[in-house]
Amino acid sequence: MTRAFMKGNHALAEAAIRANMTFFGGYPITPQSEILEYLSDNLPKAGGTFLQAESELAGVNMVYGAAAAGHRAMTSSSGPGFSLLQEGISYIASAELPAVFVDVQRYGSGLGDIFQAQSDYYVATRGGGHGDYRVIAYAPASVQETVDLVGLAFDKAEQYRNPCLILSDASIAQMMEPVVFPEKRKCDPDHEWAVRGKRGGDFKKITSTMYYTENFDQYIHDKYATIQANEQRWESIQAEDAEIVLVAYGISSRICKEAVSTARAEGIRLGLIRPITVWPFPEEAFDGLGKGLRAYLTVELSALPRLRDDVMLATGMKTPVHHFLAGNTVPSSQTIVKQAVALLEK
Amino acid sequence: MTEKRIPKTLVEDNKFCPGCGHGIINRVLAEVLEEMELVDMAIGSVAVGCACLMIDTFGTDWVQAAHGRAAAVACGIKRVRPENFVFTYQGDGDSLAIGFSETMYAAVRNENITAFIVNNGIFGMTGGQMAPTSLPGQRTTTSPAGKDPSLAGQPLNIINQMRQLPIAYLARGSVGSFKEIIKLKKYIKAAVTNQIEGKGYGLVEILSPCPTNWKMTMRGALDHMGDNVKNFFPTGEFIKEGVHTDA
Amino acid sequence: MTKKKKKRIVTQSNNRCKGCRFCEISCPAEAISVSSEVNAKGYNYMEIDHKKCTTCGVCYTVCPDYVFEIIEVA
Ligand SMILES: Cc1ncc(C[n+]2csc(CCOP(=O)(O)OP(=O)(O)O)c2C)c(N)n1
Ligand code: SF4
Ligand SMILES: [Mg+2]
Repeated sequence: MTRAFMKGNHALAEAAIRANMTFFGGYPITPQSEILEYLSDNLPKAGGTFLQAESELAGVNMVYGAAAAGHRAMTSSSGPGFSLLQEGISYIASAELPAVFVDVQRYGSGLGDIFQAQSDYYVATRGGGHGDYRVIAYAPASVQETVDLVGLAFDKAEQYRNPCLILSDASIAQMMEPVVFPEKRKCDPDHEWAVRGKRGGDFKKITSTMYYTENFDQYIHDKYATIQANEQRWESIQAEDAEIVLVAYGISSRICKEAVSTARAEGIRLGLIRPITVWPFPEEAFDGLGKGLRAYLTVELSALPRLRDDVMLATGMKTPVHHFLAGNTVPSSQTIVKQAVALLEK
Repeated sequence: MTEKRIPKTLVEDNKFCPGCGHGIINRVLAEVLEEMELVDMAIGSVAVGCACLMIDTFGTDWVQAAHGRAAAVACGIKRVRPENFVFTYQGDGDSLAIGFSETMYAAVRNENITAFIVNNGIFGMTGGQMAPTSLPGQRTTTSPAGKDPSLAGQPLNIINQMRQLPIAYLARGSVGSFKEIIKLKKYIKAAVTNQIEGKGYGLVEILSPCPTNWKMTMRGALDHMGDNVKNFFPTGEFIKEGVHTDA
Repeated sequence: MTKKKKKRIVTQSNNRCKGCRFCEISCPAEAISVSSEVNAKGYNYMEIDHKKCTTCGVCYTVCPDYVFEIIEVA
């Protein structure tokens, strides 16, 4: 265990090294470049390989190669670069390889801007690239949680042989907080599925055309159903008796947490459900909430509602689902309390 | 005089069309890997195109990459498993159109991998569309009136693109005749040796017939290679052990 | 003791042939021609006139489909 006071991006990178990531290939883009900068210095010192790729397309495909060879590999990006990763992520999912990806969300479509945002929610939770797959997507709300989820993501990626995503944002990535790191792990890259030359045995093929195998559709269906059943994670704060339940992840959930305490101090029954996995979406968190529940309110840093849709799906719209969209500006907790009060007065 | 046996690495009949050069290249590569005792440690990175038909029939470990990305995948493999022999095997569309950047940058970094690029002047697998290597005037399904260089550019010559780079080995061979196939094997061996000795990136571009999409008989295809293709794509060794030659 | 000289012969796996005729075009002894028979894949395979064949191995080298082998027999 090591204690440090660190920036989110640096802590994320250090956590990956400690999870025994041995390969990173990536391309600079704000607000995630510090991950590359940190790894360019520290990954080689830890015995791994850092490559600044010529593009995100190359980076993700280098990760594909390293992952196929059995090694823990990762790349990170943001917004426009995250779009370019999707080709490779689809291939990696289809080839059933473990790998970890990071999207430090920035604002807007197209080039957008470097401010914090949560507008990549769909890409992160719907698979992102073409075809039938999903990535397990973790949304940390603090530097410590970033560290914890990176370690978990590498383990889950291997357990399910499926890509995992850390869905961070410019705020969580840039803030400095105290953090505790686990000891560095040791992992054996010689998985039975990994290519390492046939070495006297049968030759192996890692391809994304697995759909030729029998019952492939059922197999894929079951694989993702299992993940959905077992991997939902969330934090619930005073939601059981709440009249209004806020739903928020990442940076906006921190403000919502504050809003809950402020509101409760004023006798307003506000609660919060904070998805930690945005896929699988924590549907179970919405089971058995109190009879007094009047509405949900998602708080999102985007121009269009995204998380709102998942809450609607998870709750079957039995209770009204409202959204508060803050664009690229983190709202104050007062603003959120006001929004909730307005709903109660409706 | 010794026997000539089909390499055991060719575990099944290939799936290429009649007269396809891929089949010859597969055999020559298998011979080299067997003679150099590399089959057990070889990992191939193939992408999309007729090349990918070989992952069932050519008995080494394989990773099939996205269209064009075989070089990046090979870099990832070699960086984490430097003890393995890692090679790419790609068509000209794959490596020089959609994957041009990945192909070039593997060479820019002098990655210790070996690249085989099969130049058949066409997108074979998708049914004969124009490739970066298609010749001026060449009729393809997307240049029905003949390739117009003022629209599509001149044939892309990867050897010229790479000649100034600090790579270990660079050659262009052909499977257009018996003599050229014998030479090709020497080039492939040299490229492979450079990786084994840790000297770095080796590339062998191979001129290869696609009678199906050229819509030619075998004799017509071979004549076309000798009369036309080689004028744009001269064969020979251009960089040997990191030293530039005037091939 | 006299050492028996080994003889080289060309063997064929005719079912592999796709009838491209690269061997016929390349054979320096002009020993190869197309058969009127078709193989399991439906192609007219190639016939070698063993009287003309010098077992030079050119057919092995040019064949894209692994039809020919040159083997030694006692
Ligand atoms: C992203 C993407 N775009 C297009 C394709 C379709 N595609 C498959 S193979 C191919 C061309 C292959 O040509 P080449 O690399 O020259 O190989 P050949 O078949 O000629 O050996 C194309 C365009 C694809 N698979 N993926
Ligand atoms: S389409 Fe052309 S390149 Fe592809 S297998 Fe047939 S002959 Fe070979
Ligand atoms: Mg081609």
